[in-house]
Amino acid sequence: MITGKLFTWLDGRGRYFITTMVLLTVALALGNQVFAPDHPLHVPTFVISLFGKYLCYALLALAIDLVWGFCGVLSLGHGAFFAIGGYAMGMYLMRQIGSRGVYGDPILPDFMVFLNWPELPWYWYGFDHFGFALVMALLAPATLAFIFGWFAFRSRVTGVYLSIITQAMTFALMLAFFRNDMGFGGNNGLTDFKDILGFDIQSNGTRVVLFMASSAAVIGGYLLALAIVRSKFGKILVAVRDAEARTRFLGYRVENYKLFVWTVSAAMAGLAGALYVPQIGIINPSEFSPANSIEAVVWVAVGGRGTLIGAIIGAGFVNAAKTLLTGFLPEIWLFALGGLFIAVTLAFPKGILGLFDTWRQARPQARRPESGAATKGENQ
Amino acid sequence: MTDVGDTQLYLENVSVSFDGFKALNSLSLIVGAQEMRAIIGPNGAGKTTMMDVITGKTQPDSGEVIFGRAVDLTKLDEAAIANLGIGRKFQKPTVFENHTVYDNIALSMAAPRGVWATLRDRPTAAKTDRIMALLETIRLTTQCHEMAANLSHGQKQWLEIGMLLAQDPKVLLVDEPAAGMTDAETAETARLLKKIAENHCVIVVEHDMTFVRDLDVRVTVLHEGRVLAEGSLDQVSANQDVIDVYLGR
Repeated sequence: MITGKLFTWLDGRGRYFITTMVLLTVALALGNQVFAPDHPLHVPTFVISLFGKYLCYALLALAIDLVWGFCGVLSLGHGAFFAIGGYAMGMYLMRQIGSRGVYGDPILPDFMVFLNWPELPWYWYGFDHFGFALVMALLAPATLAFIFGWFAFRSRVTGVYLSIITQAMTFALMLAFFRNDMGFGGNNGLTDFKDILGFDIQSNGTRVVLFMASSAAVIGGYLLALAIVRSKFGKILVAVRDAEARTRFLGYRVENYKLFVWTVSAAMAGLAGALYVPQIGIINPSEFSPANSIEAVVWVAVGGRGTLIGAIIGAGFVNAAKTLLTGFLPEIWLFALGGLFIAVTLAFPKGILGLFDTWRQARPQARRPESGAATKGENQ
Repeated sequence: MTDVGDTQLYLENVSVSFDGFKALNSLSLIVGAQEMRAIIGPNGAGKTTMMDVITGKTQPDSGEVIFGRAVDLTKLDEAAIANLGIGRKFQKPTVFENHTVYDNIALSMAAPRGVWATLRDRPTAAKTDRIMALLETIRLTTQCHEMAANLSHGQKQWLEIGMLLAQDPKVLLVDEPAAGMTDAETAETARLLKKIAENHCVIVVEHDMTFVRDLDVRVTVLHEGRVLAEGSLDQVSANQDVIDVYLGR
């Protein structure tokens, strides 16, 4: 019944998207679990993890699209929220190692023993509980975003200036996390994970479950974002994007609107990071590097800004291209990425989804008579 | 002159300077609650700056801006002033281009402006009726589901006036509503503003003298940030100072 309600609430495109996501997830999971490794339909575990990684990127792209596509806030620092979420999960995974580390200390992670730290720093307390770590993966980035946004939006910093500050934020965090005395493993970060919730993190089963969880998170994130942008609140976001002064003179406190969506978006990026780390097996300060955040913005631009689904498609498309190109021709990848961004900005500013729409509008002329009524219904 | 009601807006000795340039120089102005006032003046006279001060966009260096009986507007920000009941129309028509005409009005309707309220807001028949009635007033009923970006220049001006009305303000500040309009549209706009002025305080900044004549209201002439003359259009047109400023000495 809830499913039925959901389907009437969604538009045609949303229905396609969710159906495709569910079918693809189930097919890949079954392909890995049901068929033996020598069977032609077998999906190798590395493919599952690869898709799991893409899905985490897709959730990050969705978070960026929510603030950039609908509210016009171009963040070049969303990688920071992603990385903080990742660190929160990494801290839990470190605590799970327990006495199986190289130094065999039951409480302290190896790098702390190595640095001769007598005891666990206070901010590592509680991370032995999965639930706590998961809450922190949402709460820590959201808190940082709230404080950052409080000052930035209240001072009415907008446009390029805001983008530059977000970039500076992620760069500053990268430098901070590189330091050993921050207590997050410095240069090496957190790695050598063993278990998650008592299950071996390397096993096929765990990988499939993590992949499915990532897929569920993308669907959930999409539904949340859709609910936000469809509400009156979402219409005001678009109003802020297009005519901020007009919105202000209508009596809306623009800074509160930006702050809310910015904070939600940061939490979403944090969750993406938390799902990413167990599948990749490491989190280190390079995740904060400014280039990562910029790359994530490119995914959204390529897929189609302000469309939600476009962000997800863009993340998948660009990262699949990256996997292929860095495999065959590693030296041209950065040129390809740069070229893609220029091509998108100049040639198809509405991204892949925009291209698709143009193609679809051009097509039905051959069979207009019967499609007229159907399109009308879909637009509502 | 007709009865203009109690004082709605009271400016006294308001001064604003930008890098030494006095945009407003001890400007004083009183507008009544049921009055329509036209503000004219050459470029740089301080008309837009005056609107910026009233709506909270610009802080005056000195002087008082009082709304109603006792509210000091210089202490409030744009959103708070808008919610008190002061609506503003920009010189260049500014509407939400990527929303439908209907949504433009819906977002402007007087309603709680907070984040939680708008997140939980649901459309109701009563709200729809009010929006449709307003669209009738500004004659945009047929364009109701059209994107605002697709409207003509004149229609955008009306839509923006409609958005102001939807806020249910006590004071409307209207910056050059007839700019770029055809003669027919200009006459229609004058009719619309007069209708609005029946129960609102309306301040119109305008360059177009035929339009001001159509409005047939008290006129304030600004020059170099202060009031040069005040009275009916015929009175101020006959004023020697005004003639000097407009024609040059």
